[in-house]
Amino acid sequence: MLMRQPFVMRLARLHSGFGWAVVLLLAAFALVVVPLLNQFLTPDSALYIPDWLVTLTGRFLCLALVALALDLIWGYTGILSLGHGAFFALGGYVMGMHLTHNRMEAGTIPNFIQFLGRDDWPWFWVPFQSFWFTAVMVFLVPGALALVFGFFAFRSRVRGVYFAIITQALTFASMLFFYRTETGFGGNTGLTDFRELLGFSVREADTRLVLFMLSAVAVLLSYLLCRYIVTSKLGRVLVAIRDAESRVRFTGYNPLRYKLFVWTVSAMLCGLAGALYVPQTGVINPGEMAPANSIEMAVWVALGGRGTLVGALVGAGTVNGLKTWITAAYPDLWLFVLGGLFIAVTLFLPKGVMGLREQITGRSKQ
Amino acid sequence: MSMVDTLRELGKRDEVFPFLQQAAPSPALDTRHGPILYVEGVTKSFDGFRALDDLTLYIDDGELRCLIGPNGAGKTTLMDVLTGKTRPDTGQAWFGQRLNLLELPEHVIAQSGIGRKFQKPTVFEQLTVFENLELAMHASRGLWTSLRWRLDGEQQDRIDEVLALISLTEQAYAPAGVLSHGQKQWLEIGSLLMQNPRLLLVDEPVAGMTGQETEKTAELLTSLAGKHSVVVVEHDMDFVRSIARTVSVLHQGSVLAEGSMDEIQSDARVREVYLGE
Repeated sequence: MLMRQPFVMRLARLHSGFGWAVVLLLAAFALVVVPLLNQFLTPDSALYIPDWLVTLTGRFLCLALVALALDLIWGYTGILSLGHGAFFALGGYVMGMHLTHNRMEAGTIPNFIQFLGRDDWPWFWVPFQSFWFTAVMVFLVPGALALVFGFFAFRSRVRGVYFAIITQALTFASMLFFYRTETGFGGNTGLTDFRELLGFSVREADTRLVLFMLSAVAVLLSYLLCRYIVTSKLGRVLVAIRDAESRVRFTGYNPLRYKLFVWTVSAMLCGLAGALYVPQTGVINPGEMAPANSIEMAVWVALGGRGTLVGALVGAGTVNGLKTWITAAYPDLWLFVLGGLFIAVTLFLPKGVMGLREQITGRSKQ
Repeated sequence: MSMVDTLRELGKRDEVFPFLQQAAPSPALDTRHGPILYVEGVTKSFDGFRALDDLTLYIDDGELRCLIGPNGAGKTTLMDVLTGKTRPDTGQAWFGQRLNLLELPEHVIAQSGIGRKFQKPTVFEQLTVFENLELAMHASRGLWTSLRWRLDGEQQDRIDEVLALISLTEQAYAPAGVLSHGQKQWLEIGSLLMQNPRLLLVDEPVAGMTGQETEKTAELLTSLAGKHSVVVVEHDMDFVRSIARTVSVLHQGSVLAEGSMDEIQSDARVREVYLGE
């Protein structure tokens, strides 16, 4: 029998008291301290947070959200996706289409559509004029692609490395589709030159600060959603599928439904991340769907530690922080560092940064 | 009824509409004619090798049946066919009068009341012993139910009861992966009990168990018969002798002989192919 319980109580049990304290502290830091330090201090103060750092962190938060989504499907359910870049970019394109509408004067269309020999918006561009339609599509477009793709893949019981390979094919195929000028998404330049969102200029520092805060809220809520899923019985079924799928079937659960659910949720979170990322970056192009990008996402999760959620956030932050520094200081070295990092994690930190403590105490016990 | 009323009806939070409920997996199990399991003329070939060859077998409701036979006799393939893992080339398999096992997917067969214990114990290693039992507990297998699931007192008691029965009360909150081989066997049997199946298919339950554990398993399986039907595949002849009422001997994919242990042991053909005399 299903016992009724107040939702608030279930929410409270997501974390221990200490865990909640950490979550709330971090949230307060992002939503109160950072805006205050950015707005009310002058650049000569030691604690001043410059605008560029706010935007950079806002973008990192979006990438951390992708890592969270990937951990849900890889860390907990054991399904390695090397195609999450496609869902991320789709969310980005949806937002980019809306921003492109916003930058055009009424009655004009962008050059890349004129070059196709048209003088009006193609049908699939028209509804993105509405912000609310866009906001829904941010979830529905990646979600629908994931649902259809996942249904056929999981129904055919494609697993492990084979699944990872077809997700690479998925993101590669999407990239080729968006690269083509005829498809009407701006070809290899993608969508760029954004000006405003809901009447606010996306180039203004104040708008950027709000976008940063929205990204922080998105990460916080998504984290709680993921935590809600993995601490429920549904989450234990996911772990069971990871460890012994046939046993799950003989216990009477239909793994197809469970995998499809978590796979689609994961894709939708990526879509949200992409939609928040694009106005902060100012561009979306098919390069985001390059297979290597999706592989890098897997490295974030592996480095932080799979199946922990927090690890995914830590991993995304660490790798992207390193990337920002190294690509600026030693541009030629980055790919070597990334590769080396992945090898080192695989060899020495099978459970990632989050497993470090366990690894050390485990060893000292021996 | 005005539209507002209709909307209000639809918005009721305590009502589960029929289209939201999981379709009943199958019509009710019907065992009025005695047998709970009918296997008739089942043949399955793998690359020309006939793992099952026109096999016919009936299991009565509440019966405890042992299947014995040399390696390659088709015991595990038979279990695979009954649980939907393998589809036979020809033949029929019915659970009760109405459930055609050859048409249902694995999880529906499990939901309709056939539980299986594998030869190699399979438990969810990363989950605790308690969670293993909780997952197996007889309840709706829907997504939404699982997301909102919370144990009530009665279910908690039931898990504690099974924990005591399989002697794993102390390990309840340890990950199942750290259990010994014999304990994993017990946990898998415990999970089966939680499912509350009508028919248990048990593949080599005492492999890797000590003499004392074996004895206890025999006791448990015997006590289950009656309320449940149990089919046991086992190599350990002493164990079979200790629990069996009826034994079926499989040889080259079909039933060679059937009867009590004494009858089987005095059967010349059985002695020839199995007991090696």
